Amino acid sequence: MAIETEPGTIQHPGGGQPGAAGQVRAWWMRPGILTAVAGAAVGYAFGHWLGNYLASGYPNLLLSDNSDTPIVIGYVFMVIGWLIGLGVFNDLFNQMRGKRLVDYEFRNGADTGLARYFRFTLDHKVVGIQYLVGMVIYFCTAGLFAMAIRTELLSPVHHVFSSSVYVEIVGEHGTMMMMLMTSVILGPFGNYLVPLMIGSKRVAFPRLEALSFWLTPLAFLILLSAILLGGFHMGWTGYASLSVQDASGVDAYAFAFGLMGISIILAGFNILITVICYRAPGMRWSRLPMFVWGLLGTAVMMTLAGPILVGAMYMLLSDRTAQTAFFAARLGGSTYLWQDLFWFFGHPEVYILALPGFGIVLELLPVFCRKPLFGYKVAAAGIIGVTLLSFFVWQHHLFNSGIDPDMRPLFMLTTELISIPTGFIFLVGMGTLWKAKIRFTVPMLFCLAFFWNFLIGGITGVFLSDVPADTTEHGSFFSMAHFHYTIMGGLIFAFMAGCYYWLPKMLGIKLNETLGKVQFWLMFLAFNSTFLPLFAVGLAGQPRRVFTYARNLQTLNDWVSISAFFLGFSILLFVINFVWSTVVTREPEVGNPWQSRGLEWQTSSPPPAHNFDHVPVVLSDPYEYGVKDGPPVADLNPPPGVLTAAFSAPESARAEA
Amino acid sequence: MAAESQATAPGAQSGGPSHGLRIFLIWLVVSLAADLLIWFALGPHLPPGTMSSSATEEQGAIKLMAVMSAPVVVFVIAFFCYALIVWRQREGDEEDGPPLRGHARVQTIWIAGTSVIVLALAVFGTVSLVTSHGAGAGEGPAPIWSPPGAELTAAQQTAPWAPGKPLVVQVIGQQWRFTYRYPQFGGFETTELMLPQGQWAQFNVTSLDVIHSFWAYQLGVKADANPNVDNVAYTKPEHVGPFTVRCAELCGLWHGAMFDYGKVMTVPQFQAWAGATKASLADVTRLLPAFATTYDPTVIPAFRSGPVMKKLGLTSAGGFFYPPEDPVQP
Repeated sequence: MAIETEPGTIQHPGGGQPGAAGQVRAWWMRPGILTAVAGAAVGYAFGHWLGNYLASGYPNLLLSDNSDTPIVIGYVFMVIGWLIGLGVFNDLFNQMRGKRLVDYEFRNGADTGLARYFRFTLDHKVVGIQYLVGMVIYFCTAGLFAMAIRTELLSPVHHVFSSSVYVEIVGEHGTMMMMLMTSVILGPFGNYLVPLMIGSKRVAFPRLEALSFWLTPLAFLILLSAILLGGFHMGWTGYASLSVQDASGVDAYAFAFGLMGISIILAGFNILITVICYRAPGMRWSRLPMFVWGLLGTAVMMTLAGPILVGAMYMLLSDRTAQTAFFAARLGGSTYLWQDLFWFFGHPEVYILALPGFGIVLELLPVFCRKPLFGYKVAAAGIIGVTLLSFFVWQHHLFNSGIDPDMRPLFMLTTELISIPTGFIFLVGMGTLWKAKIRFTVPMLFCLAFFWNFLIGGITGVFLSDVPADTTEHGSFFSMAHFHYTIMGGLIFAFMAGCYYWLPKMLGIKLNETLGKVQFWLMFLAFNSTFLPLFAVGLAGQPRRVFTYARNLQTLNDWVSISAFFLGFSILLFVINFVWSTVVTREPEVGNPWQSRGLEWQTSSPPPAHNFDHVPVVLSDPYEYGVKDGPPVADLNPPPGVLTAAFSAPESARAEA
Repeated sequence: MAAESQATAPGAQSGGPSHGLRIFLIWLVVSLAADLLIWFALGPHLPPGTMSSSATEEQGAIKLMAVMSAPVVVFVIAFFCYALIVWRQREGDEEDGPPLRGHARVQTIWIAGTSVIVLALAVFGTVSLVTSHGAGAGEGPAPIWSPPGAELTAAQQTAPWAPGKPLVVQVIGQQWRFTYRYPQFGGFETTELMLPQGQWAQFNVTSLDVIHSFWAYQLGVKADANPNVDNVAYTKPEHVGPFTVRCAELCGLWHGAMFDYGKVMTVPQFQAWAGATKASLADVTRLLPAFATTYDPTVIPAFRSGPVMKKLGLTSAGGFFYPPEDPVQP
């Protein structure tokens, strides 16, 4: 493990020896988003031609209704062209050619200005901002699809969309939310803040990290391209054999989802190794911030569940192109195979979406309660428990599907066991509030709302885990409301809390607090007004993903739709606040506005290029609020020699302090 | 644990009000009221009603879980409301709160309490699954909780039905409707689902194309229809009347329109209906394939030449196995 005690040498864009002047190319030759788009276009054209060439002579491939083979091979070369255009392989090729590489540190310092956000850059802080903007764009796009869904459901008899377009919209909304939002917290906040919070100057694998981001815009565009290919009509779960028989849009769905699977493996792996290997001296496991614990669990799940997703999508694509029969029951395949593979990824996936929320909320509560975190070990145990159990519950999605009935009591038990570690999170939250001095800032409001939402989402999850009750609730709006409470009410509320809390750190700019409070109340009320009635709608017998429903449910559905429009408006308010504060008013925020003890707040805002001038020595956990004469969280300027001592005997760091 | 040993017991500080007692009292009153309301006022009206044995079981499960979870929800909400009102930051108070890092007894009680509740729920769920013969959910081709006297072999399933024996109904999902086959009545296939009152019904759910889910809402029955799979579910309709059948698994373009209505009738009415339908459909029934637990839609016995796809010469994994079912906008 190499911890740099001095700032790394500067890498010049375009390569060159350390310290040598960068090779300057004409602007249109510089690797960046423009060359990437050009590469993608050329790549797709070539791949499509190649696919047609390969398929010619095989009538069964050509006859596979909508030329799936050329489309999929086109996407493959589109990705390769995009990455070549971005310059992802430049260092790799230089190394293969035996050239001495410029230093492997990030390019910070040398690469400044707005243009770096449109390049393949190795600075984890730039990647964090790229992720943040990307995620907001993906979230808003998918949110627009949700608005379209609720517009259609305003009436059971008058239709805005045809049944085909409606199912397409449902699929786009679900897939975009679930696949692109996987990294909604790990991407922006994880990449940006984890090194700062553990006292590191860098992440473990800056290239993998940057690659994980640059796959997302392409996955986004490929997923949207499904609309041009006739859409896909099987929702985000893509159950075979519907996904095998459906139109060419499924190729886009499967390819984009698989691509995103690779992205989450890379993103998770980078964070996992960074947390394990790049902690500053004194940052013991018992001092790790809760946010980092949450992301550690997330990263483990991403790294282990992602490959299953990629494999499943590969099998689906080969069923559709090469006419294999993994999922065709009549030819020896099994429709259950897809369900098992998909949910073996899909259930950890929903905890991938929950754990970062736990982390943010537990990280922020002590700051605004002005108290230490209650039961640190219980909180960490809760996160570890959810991480482990998440791999043992997937068959509760198959309770009615005709699986071996012996399995159902087992999966009922494992599913209900999950509520023990999630209960820990509530215990820790409530213990932290006990006799606190609660400050009602905007991030704190979002954290408190998280507990309300997750309470409802969690309790209804227990209803769904019980097989007899699940017979009625499965596949209805009840389960849909349940997971919106845990994912939107949990993850997105925590994301908002994180935005209001950390954007001053990341951008050095204050967000407007009044607008923030207005947004919070609108979002909280509209959210509950949208999804609480949907439990009743589901119990009253409305299945998911239908464009028409029983007439007597129209009042409830209209109520929900109108609330959903307010909810959409509240997200728009966030975007307005974000743009207004960062572009128009630009009120600087340099210090530590929340009086937080977090290590990330001990550097300036935004942090300097190398995060810390010297590797800090961590002296205590970040939650020691109210401790009289307690130590500072870290020594940011440790005396020379202390690092060597820290490596030889971990206890000595404390003794010196 | 060094950090947690310095903790103080919540509510034990002398002089201050006993917060714990207050929260406990609020919790007791509100959760008692909530539970009584749920059990007596809301409970009898909870979905899916009491039209069949499995629906009654599901209503009971939902009711019981509501009663168990209400105190938990009330406790968390009461605690949060109390904390937000009493322990908010006062004007001009910039002090930090007391450095409480944990409380061993509270943590132990919480962990033990949640574990007991969770394990009790799992035991309850398992018991009610067994006693209600699968609670109306699809049990797959080899059900282990069948009601007394349920037959499974194909030969027994086609023997004529008499009151007292389970009625076998094959539910065939296809894009985008359900059809129902009555093997005990000569194997006629119809779009109407009629069931006799007070008799066990055995649904053998299968599909011709993609995955559907047979959801008889008021009967509390839900079973996925998978191609080449026989998914069995049981229920015993108790009351006469109509019920709704919807597809609960997205199955393509017209999934939203895939619903129909069934009816529970008295045994004589049912026998009369079945006899009349059998006679009127006799000509059609003759053309149908023999009753089986699953079907291959590419094999139509009327075309003696064999599988339909043979005409393209493509029947294996190298073949082309879905074209006739491609979703086309009707």
